[in-house]
Amino acid sequence: MSGEPLIEVVDLRFRYEDGTAALNGVNFRLFNSETVALFGPNGSGKTTFALHLNGLLRGEGEVRICGLRLDKKNLATIRRKVGLLFQDPDEQLFMPSVLEDVAFGPLSAGVNPEEAFRRAREALAQVGMAHACERAPYHLSAGEKRRVALAGVLIMEPEVLVLDEPTTYLDPPAHRDLVALLERLPQAKVIATHDADLARAVANRAVFFERGRIVAEGPVEELIERFGWEACVAPRRRKDTGPAR
Amino acid sequence: MHHVVLEQWARRTGPVHALDPRVKLGVTLLFLAAIATTPRVSVAQFAAYAGLLAGVVLAAGLPLGGVALRACIVLPLAGAFAAVSWLAGEPHRGLTILLKSYLSVFAALVLVGTTPVARLFGGLRRLGVPASLVLILQFLYRYLFVISEQVQHMRLAAQSRGALNRAPRRYRLLAPAGAIAVLFARSYQRAEAVYRAMLARGFTGQIEAAAPLRLGAGDLLAGGAAAGMVLAVRFGF
Repeated sequence: MSGEPLIEVVDLRFRYEDGTAALNGVNFRLFNSETVALFGPNGSGKTTFALHLNGLLRGEGEVRICGLRLDKKNLATIRRKVGLLFQDPDEQLFMPSVLEDVAFGPLSAGVNPEEAFRRAREALAQVGMAHACERAPYHLSAGEKRRVALAGVLIMEPEVLVLDEPTTYLDPPAHRDLVALLERLPQAKVIATHDADLARAVANRAVFFERGRIVAEGPVEELIERFGWEACVAPRRRKDTGPAR
Repeated sequence: MHHVVLEQWARRTGPVHALDPRVKLGVTLLFLAAIATTPRVSVAQFAAYAGLLAGVVLAAGLPLGGVALRACIVLPLAGAFAAVSWLAGEPHRGLTILLKSYLSVFAALVLVGTTPVARLFGGLRRLGVPASLVLILQFLYRYLFVISEQVQHMRLAAQSRGALNRAPRRYRLLAPAGAIAVLFARSYQRAEAVYRAMLARGFTGQIEAAAPLRLGAGDLLAGGAAAGMVLAVRFGF
């Protein structure tokens, strides 16, 4: 790891309005072309942390994205540089057609409609959803929704992808497709997930959240082992049987 | 479900489907205005209005019976008003209310059954309807599906646990009352989450969410002809 970190977070603290302390001094760095998995129990602060990375929540402490301090002046730039994929795609896909949804970011940025829709088609092709342009987002399968949501993020050409539980609701084939897609994307990634298989496949390292703090960091496998972060411990994959085809 | 069928119809192709949504919106509005301002709908006039609508439905390749049946959704509501008029000694007025409501809903169904909803919103936007209003309509339409799905899930969950069927009478309303409260709270939460997702993608309060539309000579010609026929029925009888 060398050079300026893409994300640098120093002593970040955040309290929700009801008084719940969600982040209690988080320190975190993400470097170029790195993928980091955020592990941790429900309610440990992973999502709250992810929402800070493009300024949707603002806590105390220092957040720097691509060298820019997270403040009002830099907010628009930072939101372009950090693409956020939400856990529930129904929250992210709010336009009446897939094409319009993907074009939402550029249209919001004032790009002219022709150009925005051309780029939306490209982004959809990138995630293998070019055929669904005219479809309504609510008629898509969970895996398709996820891909379309990702296209809506990729169209802004972000430098960092922040993904919140990207494999929730996915069936195994859709899960595999998404993992393959994430592996292909060159951006640095922060992935909040319970999914050990996903982390193994795409992350270079992992950090472990507990009660709003990062309590451990290291290689993915080591953290999975140390915290027992495997949904199913036994029996391990049996190599001798192989897939039934 | 109604909306799913309507969307399937709207996705078909044909001469009516291909028309610019602005033309269809304009003609539909004219049709509604014509019906609303017709003092007393005579049988011949009703038949002529219905004939116009039926012609459009057939030209669009939609099932006439299906549209006619779905338009009946307005009858219970309009029927109540018609019954009041009838009881007040104005049977003809009651009948007029019934017929006007039916034709109006029929016309609206023809519009949404021949225009994909995204194009419809685009047309509204291009006609100068304020962006924030169109955005609200879009959200309403978009999340109707999510909420109706939630309602189904909650109903099934309540049923699978007995739905308080054997509970004392005054407890039986607990399940639907609770469901409404939960739906409201969830919708509120979701609205915040959606807004967050919009902000994350650079929403600034302004969005030109309309796919480009092109108004051709054919659109204008068809729109003019349709408008002419509506006016002929309105003033010719």
